[in-house]
Amino acid sequence: MATNNKEAFLTPLSRNNPILIQVLGICSALAVTAQLEPAIVMGLSVTVITAFSNAIISLIRNTIPKRVRIIIQLVVVATLVTIVSLLLRAFMYDVSVQLSVYIGLIITNCILMGRLEAFAMSNKFVPSLLDGIGSGLGYAWILVVVGAIRELLGSGTLLGFRIIPQAAYDFGYADNGMMTMPAMALILVGCIVWVHRSIVKDIED
Amino acid sequence: MVHELSLFLRSIFVDNMIFASFLGMCSYLAVSKNVKTSFGLGIAVTFVLVITVPVNYLLQTEVLSETGIFKQDLTYLAFILFIAVIAGITQLVEMLVERFFPALYSALGIFLPLIAVNCAIMGGSLFMQQRIGLEHESSQYIGSIGDAFIYAFSSGIGWLLAIVLLAAIREKMAYTNVPKPLRGLGITFITVGLMAMAFMCFSGLNL
Repeated sequence: MATNNKEAFLTPLSRNNPILIQVLGICSALAVTAQLEPAIVMGLSVTVITAFSNAIISLIRNTIPKRVRIIIQLVVVATLVTIVSLLLRAFMYDVSVQLSVYIGLIITNCILMGRLEAFAMSNKFVPSLLDGIGSGLGYAWILVVVGAIRELLGSGTLLGFRIIPQAAYDFGYADNGMMTMPAMALILVGCIVWVHRSIVKDIED
Repeated sequence: MVHELSLFLRSIFVDNMIFASFLGMCSYLAVSKNVKTSFGLGIAVTFVLVITVPVNYLLQTEVLSETGIFKQDLTYLAFILFIAVIAGITQLVEMLVERFFPALYSALGIFLPLIAVNCAIMGGSLFMQQRIGLEHESSQYIGSIGDAFIYAFSSGIGWLLAIVLLAAIREKMAYTNVPKPLRGLGITFITVGLMAMAFMCFSGLNL
C-alpha cells in the first residue's frame, strides 16, 4: 500500500507527466505563462482543484451511476473552480485579471477529467488524493519553468523584480519581445519535451 | 455590417483560437495526424460552437445578468450552467452523428465525447461572456445574438483551418528525418509555434 501511495504521487511528476507525456491541459499551460506569477498561481489552483476533485469523486465513487458520471464529475469540478475563481478575485485581484478566462477553463482541463476517469473512479481516498496532488504538481512545475524562462528573457524580470542588470542594457542587450508572444510559448514547450525525452529514455509515443 | 465583417475576419485570423489563445490544444495535438480526421473534428467543433455560444449568450444576457429575468447578478453560476449546456448539447450531437454519419463517428471515435471537455467550446463561451462587457466600438464586441453567432462560426472556422493546416504539415513531416527525442510531440509543438508566428502577420488586420 505504501509503495502504491508513493507511486501514485511520484509518477505524474516525470514519467507520466500530464503535459510532457499525456499531452493534457496544454491550453492553460501555454496561455498563462508569459510571466512567472500567474504561472505559479495557476499551477497551485490546478493542484488544489485536482486534489479536491479526486478526493471527492473517490469518496462518492460507489454511489455514482455509470451513465451520468461525466455530468457529476463536471459539476464537482465546476463548483470547485467557481470557489477558486471567487477566492482569487477576492484576494489576488490583479492576478485574476491576468488569468482572465483561463481560470474558468480549468473546468475543461483534460488533466482533471483524465485523472477522475482513470484514477479516482477506481481507487480509494488516500491514493486518489495523492494522485491528484502529484498530477497537479507535475503540471505546475512545467508552468513554472516555462513562466520563468519567458519572463526572464522576455522582460528581464522574475516575479516583477529586475534580474538582468541595467548595465547589460547599456551594453546593448535587449529583451526578446518574442518571448511574451504566444508563438514562443509553443516552441519553448516543444524544447522542454525534447530535453525531457532525451533524459528520460524509453518513452513510447 | 462593417462590425460583423470585422468580427468575422478577426476571429478567424487575428484572434485565432489556436494561435492566439491556445484553446482546444489537447485534441488539436492528438487528432492532427491526418487531414481527413482533422477536417471531421474541425467541423464537429465548429458545429458545437455555433450551437452552444448563442445559447450561452442568451443564458448570460437573459438569465444571469442584472437585466435578466431574476433581476440580479447571478454570474457566479456561469461556469456550472455553461458546462451543463455544453455537455448536454455535445451528447445530442454525438447521438445524431452516430445515427446519421456512422463513418464520421467511427473516424472520430473517442474524440466526440471529449468535445464536451474541449477547451475550445468552453473558451468560446467564456470569451463571449467577457466580450459582452467591451466598448461598443471595439471590433471584438459582441452585442447581439447575431454577433455571438458570427463569433462562434468564425472561431470554429479558424480552428478548422488551424487543425487542417497542421495535419497537412504533419503528413509531409512523416517522411523527414527528425532527431529521435524530438519526434512526435516535440516537433509538433515547434511547428505550431512557427505557424503561430506566421499568423502574427495578420495582427494589423482591422476594418
